[in-house]
Amino acid sequence: MASISWYATLRVTMPDVQEAVAPDGPPERVVVGLVSRVRREGVPVPLGAAVEYGRALAALGSTRPLALYWAGRATLVRRPDDIAPFDRAFAAFFGAEAAPAAVAVPVRVELQVDAADGDEPGDAPEGDDDREPEEVRALRWSATEVLRHKDLAACSADELDEAHRLMADLRVHAALRRSRRHRPTRRRRGRPDLRRTVRRALRTGGEVVRPAATEPSERPRRLVLLLDVSGSMEPYARALARFAHAAVAARRRGQVEVFALGTRVTRISHQLATHDPDEALRRAADAVADWAGGTRLGDGLRRFNDRWGVRGLGRGAVVVVLSDGWDRGDPAVLGTELARLRRVAHRLVWVNPLKASPGYAPLAQGMAAALPHVDEFLEGHSVASLEALAEVVAR
Amino acid sequence: MSAAPAGPVAGPAETVDDVVAGLAGADYLADEGLATAVLLALRLQRPLFLEGDAGVGKTEVAKALSAWTGGRLVRLQCYEGIDASQALYEWDHARQLLHLRAAEAAGRASAAGVEVLEDELYAERFLVRRPLLQALDGAGDRTAPPVLLIDEIDRADDEFEAFLLELLSDWAVSIPELGTVRADVPPVTVLTSNRTRDVHDALKRRCLYHWIDQPDVDREAAIVRLRAPEVPAGLARDVALAAAEVRSLGLYKPPGIAETIDWARALNTLGHERLDPSAAGTTLGSLVKYREDEQRLRDHGVDQLVRHAAGDDA
Repeated sequence: MASISWYATLRVTMPDVQEAVAPDGPPERVVVGLVSRVRREGVPVPLGAAVEYGRALAALGSTRPLALYWAGRATLVRRPDDIAPFDRAFAAFFGAEAAPAAVAVPVRVELQVDAADGDEPGDAPEGDDDREPEEVRALRWSATEVLRHKDLAACSADELDEAHRLMADLRVHAALRRSRRHRPTRRRRGRPDLRRTVRRALRTGGEVVRPAATEPSERPRRLVLLLDVSGSMEPYARALARFAHAAVAARRRGQVEVFALGTRVTRISHQLATHDPDEALRRAADAVADWAGGTRLGDGLRRFNDRWGVRGLGRGAVVVVLSDGWDRGDPAVLGTELARLRRVAHRLVWVNPLKASPGYAPLAQGMAAALPHVDEFLEGHSVASLEALAEVVAR
Repeated sequence: MSAAPAGPVAGPAETVDDVVAGLAGADYLADEGLATAVLLALRLQRPLFLEGDAGVGKTEVAKALSAWTGGRLVRLQCYEGIDASQALYEWDHARQLLHLRAAEAAGRASAAGVEVLEDELYAERFLVRRPLLQALDGAGDRTAPPVLLIDEIDRADDEFEAFLLELLSDWAVSIPELGTVRADVPPVTVLTSNRTRDVHDALKRRCLYHWIDQPDVDREAAIVRLRAPEVPAGLARDVALAAAEVRSLGLYKPPGIAETIDWARALNTLGHERLDPSAAGTTLGSLVKYREDEQRLRDHGVDQLVRHAAGDDA
């Protein structure tokens, strides 16, 4: 279980460690006991770190509670998000009074993955309507072709399975940008490559016959996906999460970042990095505490900007927001934050599954506030439209 | 390796209090958490990985360590696309070419043969030492090992992290043309990150970790006084209180300690002994650096900040 906290709550007040009582016995017992507690709080502690803690205690030569505490912070914790779980573990192990948790304990929500147990009851009539005209055309199309264009919200459980299979073949390539790193080139023009020139000159007895050159290489731009997981997006969220998985799986670590936007912001890039899509989605769902809850898009974006986006993650990146634009917060906030994000991003793409419905107008206040700041506005209701999104992202 | 009589650095630092005192002597006020992490880094000879908000004093730790221990400060500023030739070593190609031309002019080129010529070219005198190699080279004429600062590692890319990994665990690099360079005493190493992206776990696993928090009001006022001794105590405290209030407003870029010090200096330069609304209003530009943030402060009320500062003092 991954716990979620955001920047402000990182400054968790330390448990009152002065109260802590170190248990009697050899120091190994303290190490092993605390480490197992910390692991139980969900913080992965490699064996090497535990050994390091033991060495740290020996080096400090003190069993004062504060020494035990700070040595543990330095050796067992690697990320600010792990500080709060560590504090809880420390308090539990040493019997100190834990500071009141700044973060509510995440509620575990099961995300239904492929092996869905049934159809959504609500969309039956609408689904029937949609099916009729398409099946007429299907005389000339293959069944797959129909499915590719079918609204995901109207799909039956079997069709969804098939659609997910189609999406597993999706390849999300990256847009390229110029890198600061140079690579050797055969062309004569470019920055002189003295290293290669010297090497070549040796071959000809010290005479420079042909100078070598380098040219700037290209690197993939980072792709950032912001996935709205609120209740109104429920019919599409699973499919869009699969799209995110396809993107993460196809690229190298750190090049695709995925965040779930609900009432809070959760980074799920790590969870999605598993090869098997079902397993990846299950892990992501475990990490997202507010799946199918409410939305505060503006606030969520603001947190994303503060903690990740504007600090560096969104800089020069292709940023894709997958949302229907229903926002219970103040639409002005959403507008301001999108403008801020766009100032650092390379391109801002908004994908709204509802855009495909006939007669759609961006009536949701959030959507109306967002549109002026968006470079591309796409639909994302079907497999085919997600394929189109993959193309836009690669441009 | 750690059983060997540790470098002269480990000498003075026996306890956490030694570290606090030592760093304070170098104008750095460390809290107990940071001091413990520094002590462990010195005693266990492990790199220290520091994270925290911008302007919270991560880089200063390395500078203070260098001033305190007397070790030479070797700084490597990371940026995107940094590679071994900028971080570790490079050959001085221009001089190599000149050498080749000279050999040719003297008529030695064909006589000596390619291999001899090549040996000449890849000798130490054509080697340009970049920061990492300098740090491995040892103390030089100083007694304490160098302090290696690898700044803003989050700006470098994955390949560079992988390269560092090897260096930080073995304290040795091999230069194909020369052989292996190994550090006698590992440099005291500080890595900093602003967390614009997550650094790979494998790298963090080799390091001790510490998250530097914003200081509380007393500590911040003390830091301002230490860094800008010309600022009167009353003003330093006003400024620290107001800064704490500003940080609670949820700005885009909350001010760091560096900004607080700048602000105190600005106010002092203008001849203010205490913080008052008009003084604060005209100098906000040294505290917050975004137009939106400045607007938010003005909406919140600059006199509000001042009242907060004055009220607490009374």
